[in-house]
Amino acid sequence: MTAPQAPAPRDTASPPALVELDHVSKYYGNVRALEDVSLEVHAGEITCVLGDNGAGKSTLIKIIAGLHRHDSGAFLIEGGEAALANPRDALDRGIATVHQDLAVVSLMPVWRNFFLGSEPTKGRGPFKRLDVRLMRETTRAELLRMGIDLRDVDQPIGTLSGGERQCVAIARAVYFGAKVLVLDEPTAALGVKQSGVVLKYVAAARDAGLGVVLITHNPHHAYLVGDRFVLLKRGTMAGSHTKDGVTLDELTRQMAGGSELEELSHELERLSAPGGPGTRPAGEDAP
Amino acid sequence: MTATGQPAAPAARDERLLRTSPLRRLLGRPELGSVVGAVAVFLFFAVVADSFLQASSLGTVLYAASTIGIMAAPVALLMIGGEFDLSAGVMVTSSALVSSMFSYQMTANVWVGVFVSLLVTLGFGAFNGFMLTRTKLPSFIITLGTFLMLTGLNLGFTKLISGTVSTKSIGDMEGFASARKVFASHLTLGDVELKVTILWWAVLVAVATWILLRTRFGNWIFAVGGEAGAARAVGVPVIRTKIGLYLGVAFAAWVSGQHLLFSYDVVQSGEGVGNELTYIIAAVIGGCLITGGYGSAIGSAVGAIIFGMTSKGIVYAEWNPDWFKFFLGAMLLLATLLNAWVRKRAEATT
Repeated sequence: MTAPQAPAPRDTASPPALVELDHVSKYYGNVRALEDVSLEVHAGEITCVLGDNGAGKSTLIKIIAGLHRHDSGAFLIEGGEAALANPRDALDRGIATVHQDLAVVSLMPVWRNFFLGSEPTKGRGPFKRLDVRLMRETTRAELLRMGIDLRDVDQPIGTLSGGERQCVAIARAVYFGAKVLVLDEPTAALGVKQSGVVLKYVAAARDAGLGVVLITHNPHHAYLVGDRFVLLKRGTMAGSHTKDGVTLDELTRQMAGGSELEELSHELERLSAPGGPGTRPAGEDAP
Repeated sequence: MTATGQPAAPAARDERLLRTSPLRRLLGRPELGSVVGAVAVFLFFAVVADSFLQASSLGTVLYAASTIGIMAAPVALLMIGGEFDLSAGVMVTSSALVSSMFSYQMTANVWVGVFVSLLVTLGFGAFNGFMLTRTKLPSFIITLGTFLMLTGLNLGFTKLISGTVSTKSIGDMEGFASARKVFASHLTLGDVELKVTILWWAVLVAVATWILLRTRFGNWIFAVGGEAGAARAVGVPVIRTKIGLYLGVAFAAWVSGQHLLFSYDVVQSGEGVGNELTYIIAAVIGGCLITGGYGSAIGSAVGAIIFGMTSKGIVYAEWNPDWFKFFLGAMLLLATLLNAWVRKRAEATT
């Protein structure tokens, strides 16, 4: 797509961010779900959003995906202010979201899932029909390109593993020309090996020139692939870094709440100081 | 997009797919259980009822099946889309009443009544759909409400207008003969009398199957019934899809209603109660998952055939028809069990 005519307000040298949130807030009644959060997503980069449960990650995703409207601040797509009406609108603007639990319809065959919502048709009038052949072949080819070698694109997608399902959803977004890929906890329910597979596809999507938003509560996964890191805590932004400005330890520390973690480790040390649980002989008294 | 350095696609076959025989493919079809059930019922009555195999019985059985099948096809689509319609049975009667009373009261050509009835019936369907998608209440409750309201309206209006529980005869009115041709005529081939409803039924099942398997709308039906949230997230118009499904049921109710009217020339206002369950049962026997997301329109037709064979077979076997309901219940349980068993076996071995 072409860049918008209006140049980005700040940096004229580089193109505007694909998606930019500028001090965005969202309230549900009197509940502050998100306040003053800013982030940038650039082409060929991965922006990680880190936070614990209830930090506001889901709200952030829903705003970018077009499920919710923000209450204040600015939401810019390629430098222009945007107001998304619904997920379809977001898709049309090139923002594809892979939700953690809303990614696929398990009873449907893989190929029907792959094209769901954007099915290609042929013929016209009452004979307009799904181009089933194209759908099957494309699904197979596109998945193979991402390195997923499916036995049978006709099998219900529910029979695939969690990692494979995430990969199908990512492959689908890439195929439909998404410019921005939003991934909600893609590794949350996965084992180590499967997480690695998914992260590989996330990196592949980045190398394909997409801007990626990776939502996670795992700083290790984030640091492996991320270029920018935004930390959320109780609805506010607790930190924003680029990769060269932060180390994994620092990220983990901030993520876990820094001083809180130190306190916790002291507490745990005190508890386990006299030899640790289970090692104490029955007769011996603790000091 | 860049390829990730994967090797080129292997040749057509995948060695891990251990020979998917056509039989195995067949076992994976949702309607298979019902076909096995239909064959079993057929053999059963062929043995116990002498006249069951006569050619003339064929027309009778098919007619009985068609009156159910016309409604069971859109009801099956609706169930695949994850919703129920308990108002479908009385909606047929409402449709017939509107058509008959409008023509009679306005002394209009009966075709005017027929088209007014189409609009009104689609209105009922739209009401169900809008209420469902607006309120987000379960369709069970919404359509139960519509069911009761229509039952009341049917009786109330008919008594108010004609003074009795049935409508006045429209048999001598203009257009009656041609409307009867379209909705309630029959063709005699030797001993076999084939009613026009069989044609309507065949066309509706064919169209429903086409929509379900080969159109975008069909893909959306599976999706909204399987996981509405996921469907919405990828841009499927969930609300439009569900309203469309209710309109489909309403359209079929109109066809059935016109048949009901033009088979005779009066309509009994209390008819239709209980039929909604018959349609659902036919769809379930035909392999529709009660929770949505899986099923077929052809299966609903097979379910309707099982119904037709059982209801007429009992008569041919010269049994007391009081036993019909018992048979039906047993059939429903057996067919559903068989479905579940076949599906499990098919999935385990693929």
